[in-house]
Amino acid sequence: MQQDAPVQIMDGADVRRALRRIAHEVCERHHGAENVILVGIHTRGVPLAQEIAHAIADFEGTHVPVGELDIGLYRDDLDNRPTTRLGRTLIPVDVTGETVVLIDDVLFTGRTIRAALDAVSDLGRPAAMELAVLIDRGHRQLPIRADYVGKNLPTSLEERVTVRVDGLDQEHGVWIERPL
Amino acid sequence: MKHLLAIDQLDRPAIEEILDLADHFTEVLSRDIPKVPALRGATIATLFFEGSTRTRLSFEKAAKALSADVLNFTPSTSSLSKGESLKDTALTVQAMGTDLMVVRHAMVGAPHRVASWVDCSVINAGDGAHQHPTQALLDALTLRRHWGKLDGLRIAIVGDIRHSRVARSNIAAFTTLGATVTLVAPPTLLPEDVTDFGGTIASDFDEILPDLDVIYMLRIQLERGSGPVLPSLPEYVARFGLNRSRFERLPPEAVVMHPGPMNRGIEIDPAVADGARSLITAQVSNGVATRMAVLFRLLTGKAQP
Repeated sequence: MQQDAPVQIMDGADVRRALRRIAHEVCERHHGAENVILVGIHTRGVPLAQEIAHAIADFEGTHVPVGELDIGLYRDDLDNRPTTRLGRTLIPVDVTGETVVLIDDVLFTGRTIRAALDAVSDLGRPAAMELAVLIDRGHRQLPIRADYVGKNLPTSLEERVTVRVDGLDQEHGVWIERPL
Repeated sequence: MKHLLAIDQLDRPAIEEILDLADHFTEVLSRDIPKVPALRGATIATLFFEGSTRTRLSFEKAAKALSADVLNFTPSTSSLSKGESLKDTALTVQAMGTDLMVVRHAMVGAPHRVASWVDCSVINAGDGAHQHPTQALLDALTLRRHWGKLDGLRIAIVGDIRHSRVARSNIAAFTTLGATVTLVAPPTLLPEDVTDFGGTIASDFDEILPDLDVIYMLRIQLERGSGPVLPSLPEYVARFGLNRSRFERLPPEAVVMHPGPMNRGIEIDPAVADGARSLITAQVSNGVATRMAVLFRLLTGKAQP
């Protein structure tokens, strides 16, 4: 499909500000960051989780455990998708009794988060699970919402949202592409 | 990829893709709840027309860890004893809604024949002295997890090469991944087509010991006719058994493998088999993760070739 040139929605500074705000909101809600674990969903949720953890360490002095989660084995469309490479699942502490904040780049249909909720439940029983996303683009197919949102970005189904994250892509930024 | 019938259908990237998947399944198996829903709703049947402990249990455990349902077929308690043919047996099992069959048979090519009759996927879990591809993959995984990679590893496969499907599969997998393989066996236990195998042949076991990273011992397969071609068992043990004095002449970091079941005291000394440099137990554990990887690869993403 032919596409318009991508339009930049957030630049590097915007993304950093949004992540710092999310870091503050997490600490505000939990009166600090004790008993909080940040779990990034592969691929781009992982560096986002690390950046939020750095921000919390910066202003709160608390070193929050950061985990990574691959939801490939929990997808509901494994029959039809080409087999993708699996990422690593590694959460350095026991999730049972802790508050797990799932972190992903874009919240769209909610199916990834549904799979992530199952994946974490197989590892233990957190006291609570929350969700932080950089972009909420709407079009949910499941009753799932984010607790922390970097930016609400109303989109049409045909549009394509691209998130680039420093650490994987050399820069931070969010773009939207519209079909011609 | 629909079937896994022989190791040579996989090139290096395809083998590495399966080993990468298996690494992830190793993590899954280490969890308190070692189970993921990836193959929920799939039915996997094991058809073992020949005896097995670890391979069948390993496939069953792998299937269950992926949340698939498992049907087990055992010839002694089946209609095979009433004369039902291999084809009818396979079609019957398929008609129960089977998505994948794991087939072991004493006849070379039996799993290939089954694959031509049924619509579902087929994995060869050993056909006569021909192929045992998941064994080769689990051994490659075991070596990769121990050494980091197989490139440059010097591996000797010792024993009854002639009757060994493990040797045929493993030589191909090890050399594809960059290892060099030396075969050690009495001439009567080398196959006639040995030069097509891709390994070099050493007649003197003792001579090559100091230059090995891995020593892979094979079982003397009396049920496949090792007996008549052996001069005598004590002579075989003296010349080709991995005893303690041979083990001590290996480089200090060299490791020992065996596909099981072992004839303790024949091809391998019990103390060597149970020693710290034996990977034999790791092979069994890695077998489950490897078979999960193969099942996952064959049963997901059917849009893919």
